[in-house]
Formats: sequence, structure tokens, C-alpha cells
Amino acid sequence: MEKLKLYGKEFDSRLLVGTALYPSPAIMRESVAASGAEIITLSLRRQSPEQQQGKMIWDYIRESGCQLLPNTAGCKTPKEVIALAEMSREIFTTDWLKLEVIGDDYNLQPDPFGLVEAARELVKRGFKVLPYCTDDLVVCRKLLDVGCEVLMPWGSPIGTGRGLMNKYNLQTLRERLPDTPLIIDAGIGAPSQATEAMEMGFDAVLLNTAVAKAQNPVLMAEAFRLAVESGRAARNAGLMLKRQTASPSTPTLDMPFWQQTASSGEEV
Amino acid sequence: MQLLVNGETVTAKEGDTVAAILEQLGYRGETFAVACNGDFVPRGSYDETRPNSGDSLDIVAPVVGG
Repeated sequence: MEKLKLYGKEFDSRLLVGTALYPSPAIMRESVAASGAEIITLSLRRQSPEQQQGKMIWDYIRESGCQLLPNTAGCKTPKEVIALAEMSREIFTTDWLKLEVIGDDYNLQPDPFGLVEAARELVKRGFKVLPYCTDDLVVCRKLLDVGCEVLMPWGSPIGTGRGLMNKYNLQTLRERLPDTPLIIDAGIGAPSQATEAMEMGFDAVLLNTAVAKAQNPVLMAEAFRLAVESGRAARNAGLMLKRQTASPSTPTLDMPFWQQTASSGEEV
Repeated sequence: MQLLVNGETVTAKEGDTVAAILEQLGYRGETFAVACNGDFVPRGSYDETRPNSGDSLDIVAPVVGG
């Protein structure tokens, strides 16, 4: 399968996964491995010197070999985003950034205006910005205009598991931005939804909750790996066109028991 | 002077640098980053950045995230 190309780097896997919400750090590590993901998301939060989570995550990061994609989850203004982005770059030593500017606490919908403003400044500062955005074509174009090379439109709100909520908009994005890497980020709840996204031509899928909150996260990670691979293969193979009426797949020629009446030509 | 460190009041000496304050609070290693009044303070500036009384410091470390 052809590689996923993002900001000049190539990846075999088209599944990106988050590291949050797992029952334990061990299950998180095992799930990430089972998913085959080569890009993982993580974040920064206030921490006292006594807390050890930072060190634990740091140790895992060094072992994982994955491309790190720090997020700006929870930020509501470009100022907050810029500060957190700079702190992330210093700690994780990567320019890559999953840009989040939240505009509404209820459905965690991205703020399109803050998103474009923050992306413009981050690109100026040398960040490789992967914005978590809505499926609005105009907003996506503005993000490309300010220098984003990858877009991550939502399937549906974070953590809802509702899948691809607005397929018309998503299909429009795919058709109108054919050369932009598009990653469906958020809202994917089942492997079948990930397959559908890939069949529609999206380049990759980013998810977290669907794996972490499964009864068996490691097995679900494996299921998503297969689903994404399957969807990509199907896209490359070319799906058949839908039809309104039935069409038999078994040949009708030489069907036994079929007769033509001599007088009327009708079947009997 | 009094500072807000991660939202909690901390007493430090007037004129203390960020480096001194971090040392006082027990932060060691390189798995944390600092912002003062919401602005990023690069690690290379810890020795010359002197917060004022009432300033707010945020000290963050890696966590899991989606």
C-alpha cells in the first residue's frame, strides 16, 4: 500500500491514535502497538514535582519510536495555543502540532476564526500544523491559505462515536481538495466508520476513545488497524456504482426449467 | 513576594529567577516547560527571567492526550 505523506515524512500506517482514557498505561502501550499507529497524540498539563505521570509518559515516548503529535486540547484562544505550542515544542522536540481551538464547551466544536488566526502565527513560527477543524470547505481553504499542509476535519464531535455526521460536507472536502492530506479526526466510534472514511478517500483516521473505551482496547486497536487497511484497499480498488434496481449476479443464460411458448413467446 | 504557581500561592524571594523558583519547588530534569503570565519562557531564559510579585507561573509536563 502506498505510504501516507505528511509534511515531508512517510508513514506505512494510516491510523493515528490518542494515548488518553485507557484503563492503564500498560494497556495503552499494548493498544498503540496493536493499532500499528506510527503517530500518537499527547498533551501537556500542569504538574507538581511529586506527580510522576510526566516521567512515565516521557519514558514511553522515548521507547515508542512514534512521531509525536502534541495537541492544544482545551485551549480557547490563539494566545493560549501559542504558549502551549511553544512549551510542547520544547519538551517533545517536535514542530508537529495538533491544533485545537475550542469554540464551544458543549460539543467541543472548533472555533474557525481562532483556528485560522492561531494557525497563521504557528506557521510563521515554524510549526507543522495539523488543525482539528470542522468540515466547512471555506474554513479549510483559509487554513490552507495560511500555510497548513494537512487538515483534520471532524467526523462528529469528540468522544461521541457517531461516525461521519455530515457525509455531504466531507465528500465535498475530498472532491474540492484532492491534493490535500485529509485526516478524519474525532467522532469515529466503530471500525466500520473508519472503513467508510477511508473508502470515501480520506487519507487517514485519528481516534482515541473508540479504542480506549472498548471492553478490550487491544483487540479493538487491531480491529481498527484492519478496518483502515481494508477501507484504503477498497478505495484503491474502486467501488462499484450504486444502482436503483436489482441486477442478478448469477448468469441468467441457460437457466434450467425456463421455457418459451411456441405461440406467444411468453415464458412458462 | 507572592506568586501563583499552577494556580496556588507560593512565596519566593524578591528578584528570584525562574531557575531559582523551580529549584525551590523541586522541579528537576527536562520533562517540564514554563509559562509566565501566559507567555512561554524558554528553558534557556530561566536564569535571566525574574517574575514580579503577583505573577502567574504555569509549569506543565507531558500527559496522555487525544
